[in-house]
Amino acid sequence: MKRARFDHRLLPVALLIPQLTIIAIFFYWPAWNAVQSSFYLQDPFGFGSQFVGMENYTRLWNSSEYMRVARFTLVFTLLVTGFSLGLALLLAVKADKVIRGARTYRTLLMWVYAVAPPVAGLIGVALFDQNIGAITDLFAALGYDYRLGVSYTDTAFAMVVVSVWIQTPVNFIFFLSGLQSIPKPVLEAAKIDNPSGFRRFRDITFPLLAPTAFFLLIINITYALFDTFGIIDTLVKNNPASNPMTLVYKVFIDGFRGNDIGGSSAQSVVLMVLVLILTVFQFRLLERRIHYT
Amino acid sequence: MTATDTAPVSAARPRRRRLKPESLLDHAILICGALFMLTPIYLALTTASHDKVLTQREGLQWDFGSETLTNFNNAMFEPGGFTGDITGATMLMNSFILGVGFAVGKIILSMMAAYAIVYFRLRFATLAFWVIFTTLLLPLEVRIVPSYEVIQSMGLTNSYTGLIVPLLASATGTFFFRQFFLSIPEELVEAARIDGAGPFKFFVDILVPLSRTMIAAIFIIMFVYGWNQYLWPTLITTEEGLFTLVRGIRQIVQAMAEGSEIPDYGRAMALALIAMIPPVAIVVTFQSWFVKGLTESDK
Repeated sequence: MKRARFDHRLLPVALLIPQLTIIAIFFYWPAWNAVQSSFYLQDPFGFGSQFVGMENYTRLWNSSEYMRVARFTLVFTLLVTGFSLGLALLLAVKADKVIRGARTYRTLLMWVYAVAPPVAGLIGVALFDQNIGAITDLFAALGYDYRLGVSYTDTAFAMVVVSVWIQTPVNFIFFLSGLQSIPKPVLEAAKIDNPSGFRRFRDITFPLLAPTAFFLLIINITYALFDTFGIIDTLVKNNPASNPMTLVYKVFIDGFRGNDIGGSSAQSVVLMVLVLILTVFQFRLLERRIHYT
Repeated sequence: MTATDTAPVSAARPRRRRLKPESLLDHAILICGALFMLTPIYLALTTASHDKVLTQREGLQWDFGSETLTNFNNAMFEPGGFTGDITGATMLMNSFILGVGFAVGKIILSMMAAYAIVYFRLRFATLAFWVIFTTLLLPLEVRIVPSYEVIQSMGLTNSYTGLIVPLLASATGTFFFRQFFLSIPEELVEAARIDGAGPFKFFVDILVPLSRTMIAAIFIIMFVYGWNQYLWPTLITTEEGLFTLVRGIRQIVQAMAEGSEIPDYGRAMALALIAMIPPVAIVVTFQSWFVKGLTESDK
């Protein structure tokens, strides 16, 4: 693309330097350090380090605990992504349809976006608490002894519910704006052809919404992997013990509590590769999307 | 809120077709969704209005008690933490410094960079573009341990600089502004050049005024993002005087887990509410800008 531009030699460089400097120091340098130290074994007391090649990686691969965390992360990501996308889609379709109170519903359904994950986690701690929790009472009424922080599945349940709670609003905002950008004539024509609301949604609305849904799918996977850190940390009360945790949380625990810098760096690199794959996937989808719209 | 909002509307137009059963179902679903969103906050509010002993003895309450002022007062002004020199007010101020500092820093850096990339003939423009946009790929959480080591080796722990600047090392803002600048008609540049305006004058007199809405939208998004940061402040600030509200939440949870006394639920919930009020208020007040800024980012 050719655009009218200014001719200037030093000014653009000067404009770029602050951003580039910060990125170089706080992004490329640490990222490079992570890759590098993933090939070394650090002494936990800080007495030098030793090159060990791929050992940190094979250690991860053979660690049953790491695999357990990886499996939990997968299940957790699937549940959070599935529930928050499904719920948001349902609510967005309904909010797009109703006439009365549409603005009120929109506000009520989106504002939780601004609540910080650990704040949500703290409220979750109260709701799911063994002594005082309202949800614990609900379970007790149903004849189930719910124990946050003691039972693996019970803790996982709380993590998923709180994460879905906080992630639904973003999805709702995107779905609603996607629905509102569908041209009205298309929907009216579909209404004449097909009176069944559900089939109309399946055949017309959903395909038109698919790009938004794909975009959100990636966003949600990234969210479930990384941004849930605050929720997990508060719900396990900084005490992972036998509780479920995600891969990112394990990077943190191994790096800062276990002082296993090499192992933690190898985990970082594994996550980096995972994110790279996701991003390449996303870019390809975006390219296709530009093609069609 | 729903009841009071819809009531006057239906009263003003009573004859305007009755609600069909189908749309009744729609409203029921939406109300359930809204309740799912609101109930946790409602319970946080009621808990913040009761004494900790009552909460501990009888569980979370659904009605309001009389301790609201005491709990909020304690959360806001009563010193807490290990050293006892941190109050909610200090944390509130630190949260504002982080939120505003991050948002302003982000806007300035990314507007400059995006301006250079879009409006100048630059030999290494493509390279600069990729160097900047690769940062979109790796969130801070992934490279958290080495990032901490870098900051530590620079002696920036327990400082606002160490808190804010490393968070700026990402391209989201630059990406927003680049997309926006590309959508501005280039005839404007031609016209400005014919009129003899240099790059500086063009930026200040034309581009910045044109970007006003965009700047506001990005400010809101970035402010909320900065305010809600947790992991990074947790690592970087160990001195309590630098804690943000969200960072303070961790301290509360830790005290709850370790303490032998009755956890102060009322105060904890009051602090949680204080931590969520500013970002929620901003998002709700500037809803349309915020939604526009957010949804336009994926194009």
